[in-house]
Amino acid sequence: MTDYHLNHLKELEAESIYILREVAAQFENPCLLFSGGKDSIVVLHLALKAFYPASVPFTLLHVDTGHNFQEALDYRDELVKKHGLRILVASVQEAIDKGLVREEKGYNASRNALQTIPLLEALEKNKFDCAMGGARRDEEKARAKERFFSHRDEFGQWDPKNQRPELWNIFNGRKHVGEHFRVFPISNWTEMDVWQYIYQEKIEMPSLYFSHKRKVFERDGVWYAESEFIQNKPTEIIEERIVRFRTVGDITCTGAVFSEAATLEDIIQEVAASRTTERGTRADDKRSEAAMEDRKKAGYF
Amino acid sequence: MTATDIQEENFDSKAYLDMELLRFSTAGSVDDGKSTLIGRLLYDSKSIFQDQMDAIEAASAKRGEEYVNLALLTDGLRAEREQGITIDVAYRYFSTPKRKFIIADTPGHIQYTRNMVTGASTANLAIILVDARKGIIEQTYRHSYIASLLQIPHIIVCINKMDLVDWDEKTFNKIVQEYKAFASKLDIKDVHFLPISALAGDNVVNRSENMNWYKGPTLMYLLETIHIGSDLNHIDARFPVQFVIRPMKNDYHDFRGYAGRIAGGVFRVGDKVKALPSGFSSKIKSIVTMDGDLEEAFAPQSVTITLEDEIDISRGDMLVRENNMPQVEQEFDVMLCWMNDKKMQPRGKYILRHTSRECKCIIKESKYKLNINTLQRITDDVEIGLNDIGRVTIRTTVPLFFDSYRKNRITGSIILVDEAT
Ligand SMILES: Nc1nc2c(ncn2[C@@H]2O[C@H](COP(=O)(O)OP(=O)(O)O)[C@@H](O)[C@H]2O)c(=O)[nH]1
Repeated sequence: MTDYHLNHLKELEAESIYILREVAAQFENPCLLFSGGKDSIVVLHLALKAFYPASVPFTLLHVDTGHNFQEALDYRDELVKKHGLRILVASVQEAIDKGLVREEKGYNASRNALQTIPLLEALEKNKFDCAMGGARRDEEKARAKERFFSHRDEFGQWDPKNQRPELWNIFNGRKHVGEHFRVFPISNWTEMDVWQYIYQEKIEMPSLYFSHKRKVFERDGVWYAESEFIQNKPTEIIEERIVRFRTVGDITCTGAVFSEAATLEDIIQEVAASRTTERGTRADDKRSEAAMEDRKKAGYF
Repeated sequence: MTATDIQEENFDSKAYLDMELLRFSTAGSVDDGKSTLIGRLLYDSKSIFQDQMDAIEAASAKRGEEYVNLALLTDGLRAEREQGITIDVAYRYFSTPKRKFIIADTPGHIQYTRNMVTGASTANLAIILVDARKGIIEQTYRHSYIASLLQIPHIIVCINKMDLVDWDEKTFNKIVQEYKAFASKLDIKDVHFLPISALAGDNVVNRSENMNWYKGPTLMYLLETIHIGSDLNHIDARFPVQFVIRPMKNDYHDFRGYAGRIAGGVFRVGDKVKALPSGFSSKIKSIVTMDGDLEEAFAPQSVTITLEDEIDISRGDMLVRENNMPQVEQEFDVMLCWMNDKKMQPRGKYILRHTSRECKCIIKESKYKLNINTLQRITDDVEIGLNDIGRVTIRTTVPLFFDSYRKNRITGSIILVDEAT
């Protein structure tokens, strides 16, 4: 008799596809939060698989801090064109201009925390009742307790002490008017799984993930890309180094790593040997030990 | 940290593609050493990153602890950190060259039975911790009962803190005997016993030098090798339809595919299948995936099936093989674990979810409640409240197609949803 078993990547894939289909079936107007980072790229790839040969039945929503890597924007636009997707952009800049949020001042100013308001606004305006994201539970301690289907009240808030039980593979997306869900189809994946999957599936990736020459400077132990969006201190020296990025987000708080990894195989080797988590290169989590949890309660992804 | 350190370690990327996935849950009462054990597994399997280590070193120092508290690695939320206890299911990940592991770390207090049930519902294996000094206690019974009720195929009882009982073999044997006597009343298929010290690491990843009398495997070895290939049902073919795929594209004008995740058995192209509830029969025309069509598909694959005939099928329907039918009923008994603050209402109406099917149901009768510490049936007080487990009769507005939970955890499970909450 044949041995019917799936390797762990196939099993994770099957689970994620199952969740994407549940979302399509249970919600009226779901959207997929697309940041251009590797996790949302993988979720999109899974969505293409889940509904093949039909098109992806969701709108993509990009919460744009205005502080982007140009490479990430180019990649996004090309992908949208290639698969005939619908995309909406929720702009932090617009929210600032409208006076909905106030920009942080100073050297460590970051727009990451400002994403919450434009995101909630976009959800409300477009009547999205579910927003899917590429967050994984291995990223950060607070995420380890998040459900696949995470219920949010009418203020977009998450109550970690009052989560719905999630049993077997039965997901319950029932909600009251005004409430919505965040769904995380790749909750059970690790950074390593994501890279292995990208390698296995030969998914094309933004160039930022591979080693390249770039002007960078050091601040509080993290190396950042030089950019027009960051105010440099006089003591900060800008130098050209060979770097790559392990996450791709807002340019002002995404740290680079020195790396010669030029191919997916190199990256996998590097991830296997690396001694810091990818979030270790994100400045926004370092502000306080419980930083992520605080932002999540307020409606962050 | 400034940049990623690259160590000269050769990692075989091909081998990684062929790992198995094992999901396990951990249970123990407060202070049995659960967090320490998980921290130890993560630490000794080199799954802890430098910045995480730095963070817990700093946190340990802040709390005035003299050693690095591995338990802090798994302490997720602020409220818990403040109270120093774990209160919700948290998921952890680590891998060895052989397997990838998902840990559902569940708290052991009585008020959180719902979390324990949640964590156990998808697990292949449960680790139950016992403090060697205290032996079997009420919580041990409760955890074991839940593990058996949820049909976790494998159980490992870790008798922890052996260092505090002078690594004594007799103490270990006594606990094993006591547990076996109790477990004989339960439906547990495969159980293992291990003497360990989570704090010192004995028999967790590395073999203990303090307990030469123990000849069995270490915990990690068991986790890596325990046979999980038969944990899923590959006999009774069940395909709950999740979503109907109708591409509005010219090339696929007449395409009508049924998307779903196989809940049991194997489906092959050409198989004669029956659609429930309609009872119409057809043959499988193709099994479609974006990577190409398949000749056969099995649990737990997610695929899209097309049929030879145009029959009316929608979400909530199920494809099965003609000569292997599930039970089809509108009234049945279930073991129910109540997870709502509001008590179960006799004759109450709820929404029921079963695979991809949703309908309304009414509680016809509450038969008994279980004392989960003694396993005795309570028949004089059958009111079911938060964290109670009991047997009830349910009647649904439409027929359900199900198997016994023993036969198939997916087609044998339901949830009830209170519309008001
Ligand atoms: N001596 C000894 N102490 C242990 C052992 N395992 C855990 N502990 C201690 O027992 C206490 C409770 O452990 P913890 O992991 O927080 O328990 P939890 O509540 O089950 O997560 C801590 O002080 C641990 O250091 C062990 O094997 N030997």
